[in-house]
Amino acid sequence: MSTTAPRRSRDPFADAPPTDSTVAVVAPQHRGRARGAGGRRGGAGGRTRPTTFAGIALRTPYWVLTAGLALIFLYPLIWTAISSVSPLAGTNQVDGWGLGNYVTLANYQAGIWVYLFNSLFVSLLTVALTLGISLLGGYAFARFRFPGKDLLFLSTLAILMVPYATLLIPLYVLLNAVGLSNSLVGVALVLTMFQLPFSMFMMRISFESIPREMDEAAMVDGCTAWSVLWRVLVPAVKPGLITVGLFAFLAAWNDFMAPLILITDSNRMTLPLAISNLRGQVQGVVDYGATEAGVVVLALPCILLFLILQRHYVRGFMSGAFKG
Amino acid sequence: MSTVARGAGRVTPARRRSALTGWLFALPTALFVLLLFVLPLALVLQMSASDWPLLAGNQGWNLPENYEDAVSNRFFLDSVWFTLKYTVLTTVILLALSLGLAMLVQESTRWKGFLRTAFLVPSALGLASASLLFYVLYSPIAGPFADLMASWGITFLGTPDGALWSTIFLIVWRYAGFYMLLMLVGLQGIPDDVYEAARIDGASRWQTFRSVTIPLLRPTLALTTVLCVTGSLLAFEQFYILTKGGPDNSTITIVQLIYSVAFQGQNDLGVAGALSVIVLLALVVINIAQIRAFNRKAED
Repeated sequence: MSTTAPRRSRDPFADAPPTDSTVAVVAPQHRGRARGAGGRRGGAGGRTRPTTFAGIALRTPYWVLTAGLALIFLYPLIWTAISSVSPLAGTNQVDGWGLGNYVTLANYQAGIWVYLFNSLFVSLLTVALTLGISLLGGYAFARFRFPGKDLLFLSTLAILMVPYATLLIPLYVLLNAVGLSNSLVGVALVLTMFQLPFSMFMMRISFESIPREMDEAAMVDGCTAWSVLWRVLVPAVKPGLITVGLFAFLAAWNDFMAPLILITDSNRMTLPLAISNLRGQVQGVVDYGATEAGVVVLALPCILLFLILQRHYVRGFMSGAFKG
Repeated sequence: MSTVARGAGRVTPARRRSALTGWLFALPTALFVLLLFVLPLALVLQMSASDWPLLAGNQGWNLPENYEDAVSNRFFLDSVWFTLKYTVLTTVILLALSLGLAMLVQESTRWKGFLRTAFLVPSALGLASASLLFYVLYSPIAGPFADLMASWGITFLGTPDGALWSTIFLIVWRYAGFYMLLMLVGLQGIPDDVYEAARIDGASRWQTFRSVTIPLLRPTLALTTVLCVTGSLLAFEQFYILTKGGPDNSTITIVQLIYSVAFQGQNDLGVAGALSVIVLLALVVINIAQIRAFNRKAED
């Protein structure tokens, strides 16, 4: 991914085939030989071209094509960021550059801070629950033998096969029945459940990639299973925990359907829901500028996290590929 | 699996204690799976067989009327057809493009590293955020193509076909990087000497691609196809935000139909439950069929 690519050496996932590398390590021997201008190989194992004038001329279409593609992928993001602070038809901000759209957004209904707080609350609670449950569960699945183990693991993975909507409707009824209607805690519980297949899989392979000698040595020193987990294993599975936490945060922060179905009280709405509703609220006229500002507020944390934790992000995608 | 397998066969006290400890660590998982997954799954089966208005709750059995009502809903066939059409188009375009992108950025050079990041950034956005972003982008008032649309007299979301293709573009934009990543992993798994052998045999690029890359990429293609088909069959947010099922109810997906039957107007959880069960079964059948098809090809 980035040019400061992680090496695979200290990566505890280096042994698990589907997770064994981040994209940056795509270039071993034959693919890596070609560099810079001579680099187009198309995966078909062609030959390295000399950097002659003819060679460069031949490669012009390639530069045009790739630059065009990069532009298509980046343009919507850049345009939204810029036009959220620029004068724009159909918004409160028709004259001059500034933060007018963000002010409109901030004053929307209960106020952006309420929705931001709701979103953060749901996201952080989901992260905490997902980390706790998958840490303990992954340890159990990787290190212990107990009756019903395989059934439980398969049931956890089976969550993936059931459509979101199929579960949300009965969950709406169940949460209402136990007094968790309109509850952010209820939303976090549901989102945690949806995160379990990916997280449990991730933590299980994290624990399984640690040599058993490590906990056995600690056991001989008189540690209990609990203290082995905390003192010896948690530091070793930290990369797995970061990946699990990152994905739980992104999933919860961005989730739309669960709060849409489970939350009806407008003061408890999360950010994506509030911004989606904002479009139709001003006398039926869509405030495009405020919507743009909302998209920026929604997307910025995700993009920053992505850029900072790119390596964990990529590895999570690869090992948890089945997550969809 | 067998992690504590020493002295197999005998149930020693140590073993029993270890099983107990294992269960304790797995208990939170078991509770979540049981209460938030197994129980709702059972409940949706019961709902699909019961008269169950949104506000009044369970009113007793109503079988098979719920399923009859579900299938005879005036949008049922249209939404099934539209969902299938959308799924086929999205899957073909998305997978072909992401394989192309992956082959374009395989080696690690600075420029290709930048390209990979550029293709991947959209996948960090939530689907709802991406849909809202394109809602403004496609807008005939505020979007960057507003003048263009005005002079051509069209709008992106104004016609059924326009709405469909605009949504597909959004989805391709959002997911291409993600599928590119999976394709890259697959491409990495193809040994270099196979390419070397093809080169020595004088195979052209296209021949190498068809007879080496594609067959050896089959497991990856199977995985990405199953993922993409499942995701597309369950499409909701993009249409809910971008088109609201319009214009003229032309872009209603099956999940949108479930949502609207349950919460928008009809408020009938029984029929919504029946639709959900139908979708669940269809999904299981479709996924099994796909996996079988890929396995059968592998045996040829």
